[in-house]
Amino acid sequence: MDKRYQALEAYMKEVNYDSSRLLNILHKAQQLFLWLPPDVLKFIAEKLNIPISRVAGVVSFYNFFSTKPVGRIQIKVCLGTACYVKGGDKVMERFLEELGLQEEGQVTEDGMFSVHAVRCVGACSMAPVVLIGENDFYGRMSPDKVPRLIKKYRQVAEKMKQEVGENA
Amino acid sequence: MKEIRVCAGGACIASGEAAVRDALLKALKEKGLEDKFKVVETGCMGMCSRGPFMVVDDVVYNKLNPKAVNEIVEEHLIHGNIVEKYLMELPSKERVKEAFKEHPFFSKQVKIVTRNLGQIDPGSIDDYLERGGYKALEKALKEMKPQDVIEEIKNSGLRGRGGAGFPIGLKWEFAAKQKDEAKYVVCNADEGDPGAFMDRAVLEGDPHSVIEGLAIAAYAIGAKKGFIYVRAEYPLAIERLTIAISQARNRGFLGKNILGTDFSFNIEIRIGAGAFVCGEETALMASVMGYRGQPWPKPPFPVEKGLWGHPTVINNVETLANIAWIINNGYKEFRKYGTEKSPGTKVFALAGKVKNTGLVEVPLGITLRELIFDIGGGIPNGKKLKAVQTGGPSGGVVPADKIDVPIDYESLTALGTIMGSGGVIVLDEDDCMVDVAKYFLEFTVHESCGKCTPCREGTRTMYEILDRITRGEGTMEDIDNLEELAQVIKESSLCGLGQTAPNPVLTTLRYFREEYEIHVKEKRCSAKKCRDLISYVIDPNACTGCTACKIACPTNAIEGELKKAHFIHQDNCIKCGSCMDVCRFNAIFKVSPPITDEETEKAVEFHLTSKNS
Ligand SMILES: Cc1cc2nc3c(=O)[nH]c(=O)nc-3n(C[C@H](O)[C@H](O)[C@H](O)COP(=O)(O)O)c2cc1C
Ligand code: FES
Repeated sequence: MDKRYQALEAYMKEVNYDSSRLLNILHKAQQLFLWLPPDVLKFIAEKLNIPISRVAGVVSFYNFFSTKPVGRIQIKVCLGTACYVKGGDKVMERFLEELGLQEEGQVTEDGMFSVHAVRCVGACSMAPVVLIGENDFYGRMSPDKVPRLIKKYRQVAEKMKQEVGENA
Repeated sequence: MKEIRVCAGGACIASGEAAVRDALLKALKEKGLEDKFKVVETGCMGMCSRGPFMVVDDVVYNKLNPKAVNEIVEEHLIHGNIVEKYLMELPSKERVKEAFKEHPFFSKQVKIVTRNLGQIDPGSIDDYLERGGYKALEKALKEMKPQDVIEEIKNSGLRGRGGAGFPIGLKWEFAAKQKDEAKYVVCNADEGDPGAFMDRAVLEGDPHSVIEGLAIAAYAIGAKKGFIYVRAEYPLAIERLTIAISQARNRGFLGKNILGTDFSFNIEIRIGAGAFVCGEETALMASVMGYRGQPWPKPPFPVEKGLWGHPTVINNVETLANIAWIINNGYKEFRKYGTEKSPGTKVFALAGKVKNTGLVEVPLGITLRELIFDIGGGIPNGKKLKAVQTGGPSGGVVPADKIDVPIDYESLTALGTIMGSGGVIVLDEDDCMVDVAKYFLEFTVHESCGKCTPCREGTRTMYEILDRITRGEGTMEDIDNLEELAQVIKESSLCGLGQTAPNPVLTTLRYFREEYEIHVKEKRCSAKKCRDLISYVIDPNACTGCTACKIACPTNAIEGELKKAHFIHQDNCIKCGSCMDVCRFNAIFKVSPPITDEETEKAVEFHLTSKNS
């Protein structure tokens, strides 16, 4: 079995297959799979012994869960209030344009990038803020800083691809 | 060993804290100072616009980068000289060690909730204990009966900091009176206002203060189990809380028979998943139980029937961070701050168009003017204050001529806004009030859970009207309809989300109606913000032909040769503003209503005359 499923099951066991922890479990699953494919939802429903409709209902309710593939590198542009009044929307637009994407949530053809709007990442004083991956924060962004950032992460992406290639 | 404190709050992380810390560690190692200095990464020190920060020997260094760190290590740590160029500007040099108290940003602040922020290593329970941590829990458990705790909190007059301002002592008393074996306490750490980071700072910078508060709440009402519901956007807060909870358990502050008494209590963390409505208490409970976060009608109130049908007290992070302080210092001490009806302090996240952005804790009752001008240092770039937004999507704007209002629950409500959870966004003359209202309505439409019609459909209709107005397609009737709709939604929505969603529209209409009318009648945006109603124009007299704008333009709308004045073709321009951002000669300006290429000359002429007059 896929190692990711094993890790997911181990986590569910750790929390006693407690269905009130469904959100935490879905977070774990998304961490492992990057997004939530139908099979994973089915797996969770079976293990927790709850109807798949409940799992799917919860997933569709919350913005954080994605039922579509996302880029390996996710670019999150903050459109919280502070970032919005300081031009976060223009930063967003520039990312989409530079990556050739029509709208947020879409993934680039090579599967590497997707751009997402998020609401306040809690660094309002550095507005506008962009978060790349889990931990790379960029404060005081402006549209003209976008191309350079993309260049930087294209290199990261290349490395990731090579690593995958080497492992294959 | 001496401590060097480095701020690792959210904003400092976004401005390069990691590089600063690494440079510091490296320099200490290279200079063989590793056993002399200990580097501690603390929570938010507050003055976020000047990060990264570092404090050594009580000297505060700001706006750091790796190079600065090397200088400070060499000069200060080795030679004992203060490196002046990285100090915050202060009234007098002699007071350099008092920067965190005497700089205007700090001098009016009172630190109760944020008492440990920037002072301790949030990952160390010993740091917390050293500063009197868990003394209040011990006092409550050993010297006070649950009813005494409730009385103390009631006397303090502490009101809910999550927005509604309900008296906390009363809430606890209701829950305590319920006869039920199972009761719950929940910490609301969903912090949904999209322009606020107070709770995040407390969770990340002083997690034990929240845990201690929650444990005292549990003791007061007779709960054995607690939850902290944290939004998923705060992974660091989740990590710090997880560590803090296990430390507290290991030291016997959580778990069975706490501190040898017969009080037992445990805490579990539940992670949200990006739904604003989950900050509303009934929706939050649905989410804690692992369901869609849809609200249910009150009554019954959570204190009667909450989680799994049992009495449940839900309190905000900041509310809980006050509790231990009140138990330790007594309600009389607490009441020395704030006003009769709103005692104590409030933490605000100051952001937007203000010089000193960051986290501030002030006694309630000070004015918005003090907050923005004395503490915040006023508006940057020589611009004028236009309005202040408080309370996020549930709140509204206070216009510049009303900022002498004292900050307390009642005064803000009287102006049509709310105290809210503490997000304060400062708006200047470049902000369009219709656009601000539209921004919040877009947010609500997106976040409405869909359960009740007025909220789901009503807010969408309001958004569509606002969108029309910002595109210059609105009618005067639209404005009247907005007002009517707002009333209906306020009165008939199921939960607080819908009931407060019209506030941003109502307050902007109340104070800036003229601006709406100009959009409708003159197809003009007076702040020159609404894209469909503006054009970007190059002033050929100021343009040096440096080509920066031409290169920056994503749609090739700019024409011009090197060293010759450039020109923007309006048909190709998508009004992204990139050209204006990169122009170093102030040669690009905006006009409203929009123009055609042929009208450029006239627009420039008009621009020049109005600039000179
Ligand atoms: C739409 C909506 C969102 C809310 N979001 C939050 C929130 O993010 N954090 C919070 O503490 N309270 C929030 N509240 C208020 C809670 O419902 C509740 O009043 C509060 O958590 C009670 O805690 P307190 O008495 O300590 O303030 C929200 C309310 C509404 C209607
Ligand atoms: S609004 Fe963007 S970080 Fe808060």
